[in-house]
Amino acid sequence: MASAILEARELRKSFGALAATDGVSLELREGETHAIIGPNGAGKTTLISQLAGNLRPDSGQIRFAGEDVTHLSAPARAHKGFARSFQITSIYRDFSALDNVALAVQAHAGHSFRFWKAAHEERMLRDPARAMLEEVGLGARADVRAANLAHGEQRQLEVAMALATRPRLLLLDEPVAGMGLEESQRMVQFLRGLKGKRTIILVEHDMDAVFTLADRVSVLVYGRILASGTPAEMRANPEVRRAYLGEEA
Amino acid sequence: MRARTLILGACVLLLLAAPPLATWIGQPYYIELLRRVMIFAIAAVSLNLILGYGGLVSFGHAAYLGVGGYSVGILAFYGIHNGWLQWAVAILASALVAFAIGAISVRTRGIYFIMITLAFTQMLYYLGISVEEYGGDDGMRLKVKSQFSGLVDLADPVTFYYLVLVLLLGCMYVVHRVVHSRFGMVIRAAKSNEARSRAIGFSPYPYQLAAFVIAGSMCGLAGALLANHTAYIAPAFMDWTRSGEIMFMVILGGMATAPGPALGAFALLVVEDLLAGWTQHWQVIVGPLLVLCVLFFKRGLAGLLPGGKDG
Repeated sequence: MASAILEARELRKSFGALAATDGVSLELREGETHAIIGPNGAGKTTLISQLAGNLRPDSGQIRFAGEDVTHLSAPARAHKGFARSFQITSIYRDFSALDNVALAVQAHAGHSFRFWKAAHEERMLRDPARAMLEEVGLGARADVRAANLAHGEQRQLEVAMALATRPRLLLLDEPVAGMGLEESQRMVQFLRGLKGKRTIILVEHDMDAVFTLADRVSVLVYGRILASGTPAEMRANPEVRRAYLGEEA
Repeated sequence: MRARTLILGACVLLLLAAPPLATWIGQPYYIELLRRVMIFAIAAVSLNLILGYGGLVSFGHAAYLGVGGYSVGILAFYGIHNGWLQWAVAILASALVAFAIGAISVRTRGIYFIMITLAFTQMLYYLGISVEEYGGDDGMRLKVKSQFSGLVDLADPVTFYYLVLVLLLGCMYVVHRVVHSRFGMVIRAAKSNEARSRAIGFSPYPYQLAAFVIAGSMCGLAGALLANHTAYIAPAFMDWTRSGEIMFMVILGGMATAPGPALGAFALLVVEDLLAGWTQHWQVIVGPLLVLCVLFFKRGLAGLLPGGKDG
């Protein structure tokens, strides 16, 4: 497909005898939201880590915008336009919310061998960071230490950091995990606002979130893609229902 | 924040007033003691950049005291007493050594980093012992102190004292600026959460290496000062216990705080001096005191100051 922005071919990754990723191929078109679902231990996070560059696949190839990125490190991929959130919230806990996002802006504003001028006074870092916090609904919390934010706010902050890098591909690993109902609805609403504007890979357990957000869904079981299609197709697929949704077909 | 500024300002005033006071009470020895303390404070301030702000637990920082000291000593040995040159060589040589050690060690983490930095420093220590020409184990005397075109006379204890004070404040200012710059944010962020840094596109290695080199060269300056202070250079400058002491000053004073390392240097060396005048087994007392300090002042001495949150 000519418009595929991300193409993973036959990815394999084993930990000892365990094949965590066992020949996964994926294709994403620009602007698409692709959800990956599957039972615990299916290898979802392992797969996302390979896509983001935190793990090297044993074999297979990842192409991004026509370029082979299989051997690029995570920071190098970030500069190609990858951004990820982690399953376990990963933020700078001892920095303010604003500092967190400003760092993400800084990472994409040229090199940082600038030793003298106070980063806090650089409007080209602070202004976009503040705007991004407003966008995710954390505007009023900009000066709060990230560790003191509520869990849901920390997840929002992580998404804000990812977006602040102006990514072409957003890899979200369970963005609503551990959130209360209201928080999680707000996050889903927010992500829905990104639909069509961003290309997103979404790993999620929350089926409401998946069926609201995804254009396509892939079901991962034991490191393999069991089935792939629209949310409606997946819901109707008897094999998927048996393997994952836990129902007798 | 204002009370904190007042207290720290008072400390600086006290340091400024110390030489006339010491002369007035007939105890010029205190000028020597405080000068030594401030030289070690410079070393601790430099270590704080990588240990406190960068999270790189270097257990070999005394190496640069040695490199800086021997740079002055060896040049003087060959009759080169020009201080500008000596100190420039001390700083550059320390930067080079730090670059070599850092290029290897900064790639590692945790216990490996500690062990590699320690191992390199031990190598330099034994190098110092083995070179007979420069005194080997006994070290060598610095017969003529660094000469600064007649501008600054280090042979005058009070002049030398004020020079060290100015350099200490200068180093603290430089570190303060650096840790708040873009560069500083990168190394502090990498300490806070390296996975996050990599995910947003930072490769911490070159930044951490640069911080390691800056810290090394600043400590090299302290080495040049120490050689002039003691008028003596010996491998003992690089003893691993020395590295431990500098590290302890930083931890005791308060890691990642601006005044912490200086406070730690003062506390450790002054207590040491007081106890040493009282009993030769002073270490038996200092040890438990340090343990108690670490247990009860988690944020170090700087954390005891009002407004202890360093911004």
